Amino acid sequence: MKLLTGNDLGSGAVTWWTGNGWSIHVEDAADVGEHGEAILHAEEGARRVNAPYIIDALPTEDGPRPAHIKDRIRALGPTVRTDLTLKPADPAAGDWII
Amino acid sequence: MYTYDTYDQAMVDARVAEFRDQITRRIAGEMTEDQFKPLRLMNGLYLQLHAYMLRVAIPYGTLDSRQMRMLAHIARTYDRDYGHFTTRQNIQYNWIKLEDCADILEELATVEMHAIQTSGNCIRNISSDQYAGAAADEVTDPRPWAELLRQWSTFHPEFSYLPRKFKIAVIASPEDRAAMRLHDIGLELIRQDGALGARVFVGGGMGRTPMIAPEINPFVKADDLLSYLEACLRVYNRYGRRDNIYKARIKILIHEIGADAYRRQVATEFAHVKTLGIDPPLAELERIAAFFAPPAYDAANVEPDRTDPDFAVWLDQNVKPHKQAGYAIVNISLKPIGGIPGDATSAQIDVMADLAEKYSFDELRVTHAQNIVLPYVAKRDLYAVWHALRDAALADANLDLISDIIACPGLDYCSLANARSIPVAQKIATRFADMDRQRDLGELKLKISGCINACGHHHAGHIGILGVDKKGVENYQLTFGGSGAEDVSIGKIIGPGFDEDGVVDAVEKATEVYKALREGDERFLDTYRRVGLEPFKEAIYG
Ligand code: HEM
Ligand code: SF4
Repeated sequence: MKLLTGNDLGSGAVTWWTGNGWSIHVEDAADVGEHGEAILHAEEGARRVNAPYIIDALPTEDGPRPAHIKDRIRALGPTVRTDLTLKPADPAAGDWII
Repeated sequence: MYTYDTYDQAMVDARVAEFRDQITRRIAGEMTEDQFKPLRLMNGLYLQLHAYMLRVAIPYGTLDSRQMRMLAHIARTYDRDYGHFTTRQNIQYNWIKLEDCADILEELATVEMHAIQTSGNCIRNISSDQYAGAAADEVTDPRPWAELLRQWSTFHPEFSYLPRKFKIAVIASPEDRAAMRLHDIGLELIRQDGALGARVFVGGGMGRTPMIAPEINPFVKADDLLSYLEACLRVYNRYGRRDNIYKARIKILIHEIGADAYRRQVATEFAHVKTLGIDPPLAELERIAAFFAPPAYDAANVEPDRTDPDFAVWLDQNVKPHKQAGYAIVNISLKPIGGIPGDATSAQIDVMADLAEKYSFDELRVTHAQNIVLPYVAKRDLYAVWHALRDAALADANLDLISDIIACPGLDYCSLANARSIPVAQKIATRFADMDRQRDLGELKLKISGCINACGHHHAGHIGILGVDKKGVENYQLTFGGSGAEDVSIGKIIGPGFDEDGVVDAVEKATEVYKALREGDERFLDTYRRVGLEPFKEAIYG
């Protein structure tokens, strides 16, 4: 599956395109299929999200899992500060990333 | 410490106001990110993996307790309660909101701080020896010169859009604690027949093409220094490779045309620049130097009581001789075993500020090794300082040992990264947690970068680690034999890379080889240089 992601204009937080808006939770990310480019351009025009780009991901039971480690770290937060990640103290988070 | 005059303050204040307006327009959607990006970068605001990152300049790594407390306040109020001290003696905040940025800069400006020249193709924040003004081996205090260069370079109209970023380091000791020759320009202040001047090295750097700066001039009189540097920059500005970002640094220019040709060009340009009268009059130099007058030393020369063994270890490892009898230089390690190199919490930053105020004539330094220095501590106070540091988990006695690792933010934070740096640092430090073992290994500088940009100085590590992306998987290359000190050298890749645990094992094997082969009081680096790579390779890849 294909996801559209970027960083929120105000907070810089990683955001995921949900189909009708943006969420900081990768679980909410929608498969943009063939429409990634078109949504990307429209959203760029809206100027709410910085530098959006399209990534590959795999659907899993817990939601989409980005294909590249960089986007998995973006999805979760720094692996060295589990107190600051989006799934705090989730012991499985490390495995999910690596 | 230097204190802003009304010009300095007005410039910084005006900049804050200008950036506030730019931010407002960006948030209102009046600017695209492409339009805004160069503006925010000029104010130290990057966009990293998880948020905006603000890099705050700490000119030549020197700050007072009021400024240090402000750094803590910013971390507490606008960030997530910590900051990251960097190899360029600055601090970075990792979780900044765009709408807070102008307020942060405004608060910083109240203590004479800013984020100018922490990004972009300009002359960046000047770096220097963290022991400046206190070092037993310095010929003069380099800070007045660093300050002069700061004033000269700040908003220098000709050098605001250089072909690429430009980093200058100034030292004044034969011992190089600032990786001077790995800068675009490295200055070593020296005296010749009583006259003060500088050896000028140009064209060093790390990054993807590491180079050691060749000596371009063995002695430039202090009176000519600014003109000479102006000439160095002009030649670069004219001929630097603007066509190719990977070849745009001055090191490539000098490498391509040769040091001799560059030196000649600079000489010609200098003859012209010198007529322009940009070197400051003596009175201005004296005005600046007066800010860095020695503090009011008053302590008797008493040796501290060494009966507490933990204290004694810390004294031996982290406390360095001072030029003033009765005083010492205290290094505060930001490298707790298993911690994140260079990170400090707001509470810790406050503790360090308090200690500086109480025991170090109100001054602190940030080191390029991502530690903090209290430069003027009376020996009679060392025990009290150590106690306070220990209570704040800041008393690790590992300066220059294998766990005193330089590590860049890597893939945990940095959008340019290929691999994570911090977890590798944590694993190595934990593997060598035993202090006796570390001390037995002696000075061993281990440096880690998460990509080829080399922010973590891996080229200059006795052991260097470079994270690479191997088909989407983190992989680590090992280099041996680098040094950022006066015996400067660039490390060599030893062979195929490793995964995260593999690289920790390989480092451990290398230390075993060293222990088996070392002679006398050789450091790891000395043994490696004497015996070469083979025995290490055999043990590691065997
Ligand atoms: C996280 C955001 C950062 C970004 C985007 C960044 C970017 C870069 C880039 C692109 C280079 C290569 C320049 C070149 O070769 O022309 C570089 C070099 C360097 N950076 Fe960073 N860096 C970051 C963080 C840091 C940190 C945290 C430190 C200190 C710990 C640091 C210190 C340095 C140093 C010392 C160099 C090598 C010296 C040289 O310029 O040759 N940077 N950085
Ligand atoms: S070396 Fe690479 S990964 Fe590390 S901070 Fe610099 S740019 Fe980022």
